[in-house]
Amino acid sequence: MKYWRKPLDFDQVKIPRGEVRIIADRCKGCGFCVEYCPKDVLVLSEEFNRKGYHPPKVVKHGECVNCNLCAMICPDFAIYSVPLEEEASSDQQSAVSSQQSVEEQGTDR
Amino acid sequence: MSTTVDPNQVAVDEHPVSPFLRMDRIPHIWCPTCGIGTVVKCFATALDETGVDLDKTSIVSGIGCTGRVAGYMKLDAFHTTHGRAIPFATGLKLGRPELLVTVFSGDGDLVGIGGNHFIHAARRNMDLMIILVNNFIYGMTGGQNAPTTPLKARSSTMPFGNFERPFNLPHLAASCGATYVARWTCLHIRRLTKSFKEAIRRKGFRFIEVIAPCSTLYARLNKLGTGFNLMQFYHDNAEIRPDADTRDVDIEFQDNIICGKFVDEERPTFTEMMNEHYQQKLGDKYVPLPPEGGLLHE
Amino acid sequence: MKADPTGVLTGAHYLDGDFACGEGAMAAGCRFTAGYPITPSTEVVERISRRFPMIGGTFIQMEDELASMAAIVGASWTGIKALTVTSGPGFSLMMENIGLAVMMETPCVVVNVQRGGPSTGLPTMVGQADMMQARWGSHGDYELIALSPQSPQEAFDLTIAAFNLAEEYRVPVMFMMDECVGHMTEKVVIPPADEIEIVPRRLTAIPPKEYLPYRVEGKLIPEFARAGDGYRFHTTGLTHDERGYPVMSAECQEVCVRRLVEKIKRNTDRIVRFDEENADGADVVVVTYGITARVARMAIDLARKMNIKVGSIRLIVVWPFPEKRIRELAGKVKAFVVPEINYGQMVLEVERCAAGQAATIHVPHGGGGVHDPNAICEAILEAAK
Repeated sequence: MKYWRKPLDFDQVKIPRGEVRIIADRCKGCGFCVEYCPKDVLVLSEEFNRKGYHPPKVVKHGECVNCNLCAMICPDFAIYSVPLEEEASSDQQSAVSSQQSVEEQGTDR
Repeated sequence: MSTTVDPNQVAVDEHPVSPFLRMDRIPHIWCPTCGIGTVVKCFATALDETGVDLDKTSIVSGIGCTGRVAGYMKLDAFHTTHGRAIPFATGLKLGRPELLVTVFSGDGDLVGIGGNHFIHAARRNMDLMIILVNNFIYGMTGGQNAPTTPLKARSSTMPFGNFERPFNLPHLAASCGATYVARWTCLHIRRLTKSFKEAIRRKGFRFIEVIAPCSTLYARLNKLGTGFNLMQFYHDNAEIRPDADTRDVDIEFQDNIICGKFVDEERPTFTEMMNEHYQQKLGDKYVPLPPEGGLLHE
Repeated sequence: MKADPTGVLTGAHYLDGDFACGEGAMAAGCRFTAGYPITPSTEVVERISRRFPMIGGTFIQMEDELASMAAIVGASWTGIKALTVTSGPGFSLMMENIGLAVMMETPCVVVNVQRGGPSTGLPTMVGQADMMQARWGSHGDYELIALSPQSPQEAFDLTIAAFNLAEEYRVPVMFMMDECVGHMTEKVVIPPADEIEIVPRRLTAIPPKEYLPYRVEGKLIPEFARAGDGYRFHTTGLTHDERGYPVMSAECQEVCVRRLVEKIKRNTDRIVRFDEENADGADVVVVTYGITARVARMAIDLARKMNIKVGSIRLIVVWPFPEKRIRELAGKVKAFVVPEINYGQMVLEVERCAAGQAATIHVPHGGGGVHDPNAICEAILEAAK
């Protein structure tokens, strides 16, 4: 992301980290989360869920930034992310800015 | 880290949308790559982030795919007759003015069979928040032509392509008097959620059109792939022009979709007009209906 | 409980049936009315729209009758007592959401001031040809309640009864006036509020967590929760289970629709109401309702002067039909005479209940006027042969 002016606390801002939770049997395999994850954390699994769809699975472990875009875009309420424990409280603020950056990058035109 | 095919009960319980949904009815009936679920998620997020009193929030739907939304939201929910969501909601709002009444339904329901109610509720500035999911077609009944089907697009009752001019919904709503008018696609999750949040806080007839993919019928009949391909199409062809004149936001078949918040203004609602008018004419003799509703003997 | 005095215009008045009906609604506690203008019913909402602002009521003129009916169903879910008013053509449009009210078990009252039909028919002139529509007009199987007043005084009294029945059984109640009664001006005595018995909307005492909108536990009528009290219930026009969730199965249909029908059928004896005069020992019984009951009186007198033993039954509650009493009488009388302003509607019910034990003679009238009492008298003479 380009800044017009470098924020004073730029060095202190930590990139938030999150963990993806997938409710596999609720998934209908639309692929929205895979396509729009800004960090390309997900791919569609080769395995089937109970209904015969391919749910997503995490391939880039540790790269989720907890932006929750997957949760927002999933039409089946089958995926979301949670902040990783150790950073949960201090990173609320940066989680917001990371959401905004996601928006700039391309989910919204 | 994450789970794959193993169902994870913890994940089910902790899904952030769970408190807003009737989880005993999930999974929902919508097809793979249908966009309605995404719109529901954005709406639930908006309810969450605005902190409205959910006990005082009602949702009314008509009939159709989007008409099923009321059935999934954990609010006072009314799944009514085809096209009549708005007049039903009008009764609900006037009967108990303190309620936040939202109408969540589809294009065929709200502006096809329910078109007359739509324009009159907008004219009266009835205090309702209308969320219209526009998938350009009658989905539940099998892909028949809708009043929103773009020219040339195919539907099961226009097998050689549609030759009827569709509605330009933001313009329809704005010209009838809606005080808040926005259009997004269901790919615009953040902006859509922001619009929902704004609309929840406004008064009067608030109208948000959400373009969403219908994979099973609209996409298939028009050989557009699936809803996934339509999402990509929105990505490439949705143009945000909040200053656009609503007259210019018609949707042509597989052409640009102009999005944005087009109208955001204040105008007294039906109830405010009524109260002010009667107070002026009748003075102390006027007894308005209390916010908590009419004559109840418990 | 007793009526709220704010809505009760106690005293002796000179009112037409439409106005009296409006006063009845307000006395019954109606505080929401949605309507669309249509002759000969409009005076009801004109009366209400003039008085509502002073008694805490809201009137809205909707864009059509579809909307009016939908609006009162919606309003009723906030616990408010709701009314709509129309005539034949509008009644046809209301059928859709009358079905919704039946399915959702929504108390409300629909007034139909009947005029001649079909279609636009005779806008300013009388008819009684919507009686079967009141019973069968919306699609699917259901039971509801319909009343028919014969005078402005009854228009007042029975409108209150209609609201009470709607509350008690959680059904839409059809108030089947006719143009003659609607436009007839007579003395109407409105009693003091403390002499008017009303059935209030009863809200459930079950806490939200345990509440299911259509659980009956052996009873016939479910507990009511209104919108905005934290119950977060779901209700639908689809076939539903006790949670109010749609269930598409023959089993659920059986449970859901069976109870809608049974809650009226099993209470028929409590709901049925009619005026009976000299029916025991009569050779001929005249079965009437609405304005025709008053016209038939002269015919009955004429026949009695000719030494014919004539009794009468005047239907006050038309639906459910007083099946039991007609069956009893059928074994004792020679014939029933049924004058009505249509080409044969309630007579079919009489004929069904007579079941061949007694003759049934219909005295039709196409509408636009009332019967010539002589025509009814001739039918009585014929029946007595």
